[in-house]
Amino acid sequence: MTEVQVSAPTTTRAGVEVRLEDLQRRYGTVTALDGLSLTMEPGELVALLGPSGCGKTTALRLVAGLEDADSGRIVVGGKDVTGLPANRRDMGMVFQAYSLFPNMTARQNVAFGLRLRGVGAGERTKRAGEMLELVGLSAQSDRYAHQMSGGQQQRVALARALAIRPTVLLLDEPLSALDARVRAQLRDEIRRVQLEVGTTTLFVTHDQEEALAIADRVGVMRAGRLEQLGSPSDVYARPRTPFVAEFVGLSNRLAGHVNGGTVDILGLRLPLVDPTTPDGGVTAIVRPEAVGLRNVPDDTGQDALVGTVVATAFLGAISRVTVDLGGGALVLAQLPTSEAADHPAGSRVRLTLRPDPVLVTPLAVGEAAGVTA
Amino acid sequence: MAEVSTARRGVNARSRRRLNVVRGVIFVVLGLFFLVPLYSMAEFTTRGAGAQAHRSLDAWRAIVSYPDLTRALLISLELAAITSIALLALLLPTLVWVRLRLPRLRRVIEFLCLLPLAIPAIVLVVGLAPIYLWVTYFFGDSSLTLAFAYAVLVLPYASRALDAGLSAIDVATLSEAARSLGAGWPTVIFRVIVPNMSGALLNAGLLSVALVLGEFTIASLLNYTNLQVAINMLGRENAGVSIAVALGSLLFAFVLLVAISVVGARRHGARTVEEG
Repeated sequence: MTEVQVSAPTTTRAGVEVRLEDLQRRYGTVTALDGLSLTMEPGELVALLGPSGCGKTTALRLVAGLEDADSGRIVVGGKDVTGLPANRRDMGMVFQAYSLFPNMTARQNVAFGLRLRGVGAGERTKRAGEMLELVGLSAQSDRYAHQMSGGQQQRVALARALAIRPTVLLLDEPLSALDARVRAQLRDEIRRVQLEVGTTTLFVTHDQEEALAIADRVGVMRAGRLEQLGSPSDVYARPRTPFVAEFVGLSNRLAGHVNGGTVDILGLRLPLVDPTTPDGGVTAIVRPEAVGLRNVPDDTGQDALVGTVVATAFLGAISRVTVDLGGGALVLAQLPTSEAADHPAGSRVRLTLRPDPVLVTPLAVGEAAGVTA
Repeated sequence: MAEVSTARRGVNARSRRRLNVVRGVIFVVLGLFFLVPLYSMAEFTTRGAGAQAHRSLDAWRAIVSYPDLTRALLISLELAAITSIALLALLLPTLVWVRLRLPRLRRVIEFLCLLPLAIPAIVLVVGLAPIYLWVTYFFGDSSLTLAFAYAVLVLPYASRALDAGLSAIDVATLSEAARSLGAGWPTVIFRVIVPNMSGALLNAGLLSVALVLGEFTIASLLNYTNLQVAINMLGRENAGVSIAVALGSLLFAFVLLVAISVVGARRHGARTVEEG
């Protein structure tokens, strides 16, 4: 990626607080948003993460004014904008689909919003140039959309959205149409630019890695509601609900038994995320990185923690090792690749579990240990 | 392996040759289908009176001596311009709005636009006649009022051309992008959508012009005079001149359509060069 060192352009303005208050939106019998409330601090980047149909894009479109809420309020910088049409909300938006105007050059695209605001030609050109420099595309300013790559088009779209000095920047899965390498580059670039201009930003994605990497806070959505809102590390390490635990990152689902504020899993006693959980059978959700492996002799007898390595997925610096505990129960362990090499397929291993607080859910009937992605 | 490849190349070359022959035959047959009647018309208009008469251009020279004809030609051209502009002004915002805001009405609009194609002109006139009593009351009895009827008549062709143009661009995303940047609906339509479907607009315009220049039935039955009605009346008086005018108007329409499309292509070409 081309690193562009530029000072914050003259088009920046301090971020403002954004409040979504009890937003409701229904499409016929389908409830897209079911009382969504969210407060974004000035200059903060909040990522809304969730599966398809969870309402995250609807929330963003309501903020943009591209759709109307059935009820609830949207307050931006202390001003209620719920009834304002999209063109009077002063928000910049980058879309999932390429949205550059095909009849205009990159510079003309960036200057479009400024022109609508009556900014003079000289100032327009200057600010468009600054914005293109900010996203590292000064050299492409005279190119049309069809002469640019997907990543370049999205960077111009970002520059265009920022050129109007928006109160809020809205990003609707802007990276989903790009290939993996460009996506990671542009993700970092969006974050760099956002930090530089300080605009309050709402970022919608279904890609957990993207959300965790870019956001100040991540909101995990399910069925039109926020399931959890917290820092990326909080959401990952201390999921409040089984849905969040399973949606964000990989999880092992292991049968356990709660007893006096702790949980027994495979014969090991671990602390609980919620120590008030009533005693009884549960399913414990354990991250693969909390699972360790130790080789044992092939003739080691029957033990709940002893299993056989059935597969290893190489992921670069780390590898994921799948262990069969018998009876079809599979457990994933995430290890440094050098360590995983000590446990080839077929080897007998003993599981160890890191003593982190464990999230548990009621045990479903007939549920066995297993892995969820 | 090499033999198989050579054999395949030979088969491909033979199929290409066969395809070229078929194309050539179709081109020649269609060419004759269009050119023979035109040649016959030209032959008829230059035929002198009597069996032994020499070729002459008298019929062509006589055209200018019919002032009604010139007037009718101008009316038809004005009608073509008014119909094209009115139709685009009416249809484009409607189609954009339906596509963005009322997608459920898309089929209904399509059906309404195609209706004039399914209804014979003579039946249309039966319906239009009482309406034209009011049109005459409000707008006078100028032949230019035919633009109302022609706008209906052109609807199926223009709507298909515009719909194809709108389908070629992501209207929803472009308009939402423009709206989020502060554009009102007129700006969205005229500065974002229209410039990106100039080809479709040109096609719709060409179809409108072609149809209006060749329309006879409605004008004649509603007792208005346009070019085709004037040619028909002239035909009763002087067949040679009438055919000369008909041929002339066909060639004129052809040249006009080619000119419009060349201008459109040039503008597009200029932009492409600039882009490169």
